[in-house]
Amino acid sequence: MRIKNHPILSFDTEETIEFSYNGKKLRGVEGDTIASALHASGIKKLSESIHLKRPRGFYCAIGNCASCNMVVDGVPNVRTCITPLKPGMVVNNQVGKGKVYEE
Amino acid sequence: MKNKEAVIIGAGPAGLKAAKQLLEAGAHVTIIDRNKKLGGQLVKQTHKFFGSEKQYASFRGIDILEILVQGLKPFEDRLEILNETSVVGLYKDKVVACVKHDNFFKIKAKSIIMATGASEKHLPFENNDLPGIYAAGAVQTLMNEYGVKPGDKVLMVGSGNIGLIVSYQLLQAGVDVVALVEAAPQISGYLVHASKIKRLGVDILMQTSIKRAIGKDQVEQVEIWELDEVWQGIPGTERVLGVDTVCISVGLAPLTELLMQIGADVEYIRELGGNVPRIDFRYETSIKGVYACGDVVGIEEASSAMVEGAMAGIHAAHDLGYTVEDESRKLKVLQEELKFLRSGPHAAKVRAGYTKLEVKT
Repeated sequence: MRIKNHPILSFDTEETIEFSYNGKKLRGVEGDTIASALHASGIKKLSESIHLKRPRGFYCAIGNCASCNMVVDGVPNVRTCITPLKPGMVVNNQVGKGKVYEE
Repeated sequence: MKNKEAVIIGAGPAGLKAAKQLLEAGAHVTIIDRNKKLGGQLVKQTHKFFGSEKQYASFRGIDILEILVQGLKPFEDRLEILNETSVVGLYKDKVVACVKHDNFFKIKAKSIIMATGASEKHLPFENNDLPGIYAAGAVQTLMNEYGVKPGDKVLMVGSGNIGLIVSYQLLQAGVDVVALVEAAPQISGYLVHASKIKRLGVDILMQTSIKRAIGKDQVEQVEIWELDEVWQGIPGTERVLGVDTVCISVGLAPLTELLMQIGADVEYIRELGGNVPRIDFRYETSIKGVYACGDVVGIEEASSAMVEGAMAGIHAAHDLGYTVEDESRKLKVLQEELKFLRSGPHAAKVRAGYTKLEVKT
């Protein structure tokens, strides 16, 4: 789902940054956020609503709406839409409100 | 706690222009922004601006950003940039509580310029929380900043400038815009943008809205329906469209939460997008030494945000005791520019809003 040809912009599409998502190995590009890398891999569901467990994706992409919160390297409620992707990150879907020290 | 002179919250067009004025006057400036890159929403604006030449009309947003950032370069020794930093608390004694990565720290400021901008609104309809339903500007970020397509087939909801421009940019990225629906009987953005996407084959449906999204883990289809003259859906007019993405472009709301936390006077003004701070003609809020500019004082365009930012910066510098070269002439020119930007028929709402707020500009 990466844009290959664009009339104005050019993008680096070489996926060199490896990270894990729910135990699976995925790759993103330099400059990705966690959410953009997941989206490029076809993953739209990032979180679940707390009570009804409805699937949620990102909505605002500016770090405002909390719809993209995930557990990253054990830390819950990370706003994945504004958090830069780094090599070796461990990204997991969050269950409920998240625990302060989640392993 | 670190002591700072002028602290600017938000590094969009308003914040960067305020920074430039303060730095030129001799102040020490700290810019705080939760994103990695400076520029706020300019980072994704690949379209050319309208408005006035002085606000870079005919330049693309991404190039304007470059100009604004370059403009700060000569003052690097007095400029501190705290990116990837979220302001999580703001207090009356001008203490700014921040979080950067895992670190929590506090800053004590002499003056604060709030340039927090706005966030996109949502729309109530069945299943409006399904993945695949995004704010239109969010999709613009995903595509133009990160080079990722939101999906293959899109329904755009709303014909304001963001809806129209993002529709065009979806087409540029090779994404099919199946239809654009607008609840009102007329296009609300610039007609030049609307005719551009119409020429490219996008179906623009007036007095039509989304009734519900259909899908299990993400959007698979949507149901749209026609609206009557009081904006109620007409049963029997439903149509199902096969789309995997819905973009919501129904306006923005000022990000006033921090101003509410600090106890600044805030008023709900529909025409300006929601809760906005009461400011005087010097862009100072009800709290001395706290200024606000850009979309947080009323939803407009980046062009007016830049002018407001410059004015707020000049006043803040003056109040900090700096001499702003040619101050009154500069302010007069800026006021004229703002008046020009707000003179067209599309700015009627903004003019009405500021009349209600009783800003003496």
